[in-house]
Amino acid sequence: MTTIISAPSSLDDHTFEQIFDQLAPLPPDEKVVIDCRRTRWASPYGLTALLTVAQTRLERPTLAIPDLEDTASYWNRASFFKHAEGLYDISGRPQRARSGSESSVLLEVTPISQTQDIHTVVTNIQTRSQAILQEKLHLESKVTMRFTMALSEVCQNVIEHAGTGGWVAVQAYKWQQRLGRWVVVIAVCDAGMGFRKSLESSQGPRPTDRWDDGMALEETVMRGVTRFRDPGRGQGLAGVKKFIGQWDGKLSIRSGTARIAVVPAWDEDVPLKKDLAFFPGAQVQLTIPERMAGE
Amino acid sequence: MISHIDVSSVLKRSVCDLYSNLVTRPTGAAVRIGIEHHLDEIGDKSLAVLDFSHVGLLDFSCADEIVAKLLMQYVSVDIPRREVYFVFYGMSESHMDAIESVLERHNLALITQLADGAPKLMGDIDGEQRRAWEKICEMGSALPADFAIATGVPKETAERILETLWRRRLIIRQESGYSPVRGATAGRNPGGLLADDGSASGGSGVEVS
Repeated sequence: MTTIISAPSSLDDHTFEQIFDQLAPLPPDEKVVIDCRRTRWASPYGLTALLTVAQTRLERPTLAIPDLEDTASYWNRASFFKHAEGLYDISGRPQRARSGSESSVLLEVTPISQTQDIHTVVTNIQTRSQAILQEKLHLESKVTMRFTMALSEVCQNVIEHAGTGGWVAVQAYKWQQRLGRWVVVIAVCDAGMGFRKSLESSQGPRPTDRWDDGMALEETVMRGVTRFRDPGRGQGLAGVKKFIGQWDGKLSIRSGTARIAVVPAWDEDVPLKKDLAFFPGAQVQLTIPERMAGE
Repeated sequence: MISHIDVSSVLKRSVCDLYSNLVTRPTGAAVRIGIEHHLDEIGDKSLAVLDFSHVGLLDFSCADEIVAKLLMQYVSVDIPRREVYFVFYGMSESHMDAIESVLERHNLALITQLADGAPKLMGDIDGEQRRAWEKICEMGSALPADFAIATGVPKETAERILETLWRRRLIIRQESGYSPVRGATAGRNPGGLLADDGSASGGSGVEVS
């Protein structure tokens, strides 16, 4: 039996829940078709999460690509199809990459499975994206360094905690309706063990009825707990949170059935959401807004 | 003996000659081991200038692996591997961000040399220790009795404070007294950095590249 999973027209960290909702009840060996034909736009989160979805399926899934040429072209420019072809049967013909005006791929969809990949990611961002970060986001060079540090740390989480590879993508675009300014978005998604299992691997489940994915996220993200005994651990995420706070950015992490967020004043998200549809691993998003004159 | 260690060169030699960024824990561990090997080859009492001038990015994880774990082996432990003093040279603002964070996490402190050649104390350090360190820098070298007179504290207090700073390898202890771990005058190659006291600074800089 094959199940059709309908992707929404706009694919971001919030709307992707529709895909997780449809996938959660299905056995992992059931054939699925991810139908993106109606999809007109995808954030880095949308693209990287689509790849992790395929990694959770035992039966090779099919991906129906967007009908809209511009959308398919953009996905191609972001190197999405290059990786999707290894994970999905592709239905439809990917468009050739064309340049877009209102979005900039700062880092194409890139696999992360070993330390070397992080060096590549950091070098690519430094050599190709400094100008965009400084001109469109008005980030000073010292801030772009901190941005890259944050990128490095969230990528390392995949290698250290997921137990499997993951994906990263970085994009800058103008958030006209929500914020009226440019944002740069980092998404790092994996389908590994997730935060709760990572903590349990060293300390076992907490002896409390409250122990769940939400509590595991709270302990890790808000209190800096890690599975390692080394007291130096946990500084990466702490550093990311500090950077996000200083730059009025947003950090959200979904793992298992919960999602935690450090929410800035310009956003209306909730700090913690539980009882979501289960999806393995961790899906992280950092959003850094353009700094306006006088800020 | 004074040793100038170009951290970027250690990175290229230990991990990959194409890398210029200190990112990830495995990279940091490899670089730290490279530095430790070098320190093992120099004398039992030495001043190591860790030069970050050619390092691009330093992330928190790498700072923890290199700076914190290196200091923890030589500083504030009952039996350090050997008597090594460190000066961190050529650090950018973002390097300092990452390093400051790991120093606070581990209650460590270090001395960095700024572009103008002035030494700066950074990390977890209380007001009393900071004032004492500044006073020793000002005095150049002092026995506890001289320090006590200069600061108006009892000699026992002076001895305790200076001993603490020495255990943290923030000042050098010699027969002639305590002197600051610091960079030499501005404009000199950091490989030629000298401790204030001659007996600790007689060797020429050892370039690791």
